Amino acid sequence: MNFWNDPLHFLAEQLTAMLSRWGLPTAWITFIEFFLGAMALIVFAMVLDIGLVWVERKVVARFQDRLGPNRLGPFGLFQPVADIIKMVIKEDITPATADKFLYNLAPVLAAVAVIALWAILPLASTIYGADLNVGLLYVIAAGALGTLAVLIAGWASRNKFALLGAFRMVASLISYEIPMVIVLLVPTLLAGTMSLRGIAEAQRSIWFALLSPLACLIFLISAIAELGRAPFDLHEAESEIVAGYHIEYSGMKFGWFYAAELLHAFTFGGLLAILFFGGYTGFFGLEKLPAFIWLDNPFVQAAVFLAKAMVGYWVIMWVKYSLPRVRIDHLLAFNWKFLTPLALVVLVSTAILHRALMEAPRWQYGMALWLANLVIAWITIEILRAQARRQRRHQRAASQRQQTAQEQTV
Amino acid sequence: MRNEWLYIGVFLIVAIIVPLVPLGFAALVAPRKPNPTKRLTYECGVETVGDAWVQFKAQYYIFALVFLIFDVETVFLFPWALALNRLPMFAVTEGAVFLGILVAGLVYLWRKGLLEWQ
Repeated sequence: MNFWNDPLHFLAEQLTAMLSRWGLPTAWITFIEFFLGAMALIVFAMVLDIGLVWVERKVVARFQDRLGPNRLGPFGLFQPVADIIKMVIKEDITPATADKFLYNLAPVLAAVAVIALWAILPLASTIYGADLNVGLLYVIAAGALGTLAVLIAGWASRNKFALLGAFRMVASLISYEIPMVIVLLVPTLLAGTMSLRGIAEAQRSIWFALLSPLACLIFLISAIAELGRAPFDLHEAESEIVAGYHIEYSGMKFGWFYAAELLHAFTFGGLLAILFFGGYTGFFGLEKLPAFIWLDNPFVQAAVFLAKAMVGYWVIMWVKYSLPRVRIDHLLAFNWKFLTPLALVVLVSTAILHRALMEAPRWQYGMALWLANLVIAWITIEILRAQARRQRRHQRAASQRQQTAQEQTV
Repeated sequence: MRNEWLYIGVFLIVAIIVPLVPLGFAALVAPRKPNPTKRLTYECGVETVGDAWVQFKAQYYIFALVFLIFDVETVFLFPWALALNRLPMFAVTEGAVFLGILVAGLVYLWRKGLLEWQ
């Protein structure tokens, strides 16, 4: 084991050796190791967050046919620094009747909910925080913390609009958690493990997005809704009229809500990459050839993962800046009447096919799963078209009835 | 084999401290000039009418209930999904039947009109 094969474990061993030579008890050494590891990951995530502010503003500008920040530093790269300085030195106006402890807790909780996800995200096969064997459950739990933060912010602000915005936001968040959790079961059963690293490793020969494109799509939609981004951004919709659950927040507290949202979006891009696109691996067996053995290097893997996460984040941004906002009743109807049944159908069909074809040759397995997805998609579209046809017929009949009634009166 | 959950514990402690650092810094650096008008609750620039803690709409409760039912269902489905590789085909059909019963519940809610917003 040297630094280039296994960076974190190598450094950990060196540190342990050094500290035990100094005579520190083992418990302290473990704690210091964990602390330094956590600090490294969190600092990396925070630096990434700062870069994401720049990426977001440039990308939204290009989507809207303008240039974006280009004054501060080359290509506007120092814009986030200016943003952070601005947010820190702004006055923190707390409403007089707000619930003080909860009001201060909410932005911290929102940030913690997102940073906590980085503990289990595998950047490479040997670069990760912790390899929990219940990784996916941890992801869902951390997402639930974010939902709680929204409700706490809305309640503690002691503002009607904040509370209403928080209610709607939480209704949307918990509704879209169901198809997300159901669809998260698909990579779980395809890989046989809930650990994120295990799911990534199981995709060395084929991406799960090819085995189950519908599951990938449903995850993408639910993830965008979980992030609270367009076209599901109710709390920002309120800001056209009033403002959402963070209406009473200013300064760095609002800064944390904003930064947490961006980092959350990137983290979900990373999750999409790990769960469906192979994460840090997924080269279809290419890395077994001697010419491509460098693809197994942890640093190359980390770069691959970050590139895939960035692509996922770009898709999420693309959706945000292209589609109009969805109304709350349409949003909830879309979830409960379309996404949840579809997710359940996808799960059952994938489970049956996976179990039935487990011993079959790989290409049969892959083709069967992909075709099943195609069939489900086609049936769904046919059902929607039939419904649309029925609606059109009703509308035509109703307007004809109106016309004949008018002609009769005339 | 180090204990993964211990790492998660330390990670969470650090994750709680990290947001507090810029907030603490902002508390030191940012100006603090409160006056009663600034600290009023925001309501589109007019005086607030009535208490801020408005009544909870009943429909939210129904959505929360439906969410709870399906969330518990998915909690039961996680061990099923993990064990599928080792169990006979019967286990898959049993899981499908379980899902079917809960889908029947969803259809019931749908027909009763409980999934509408207003």
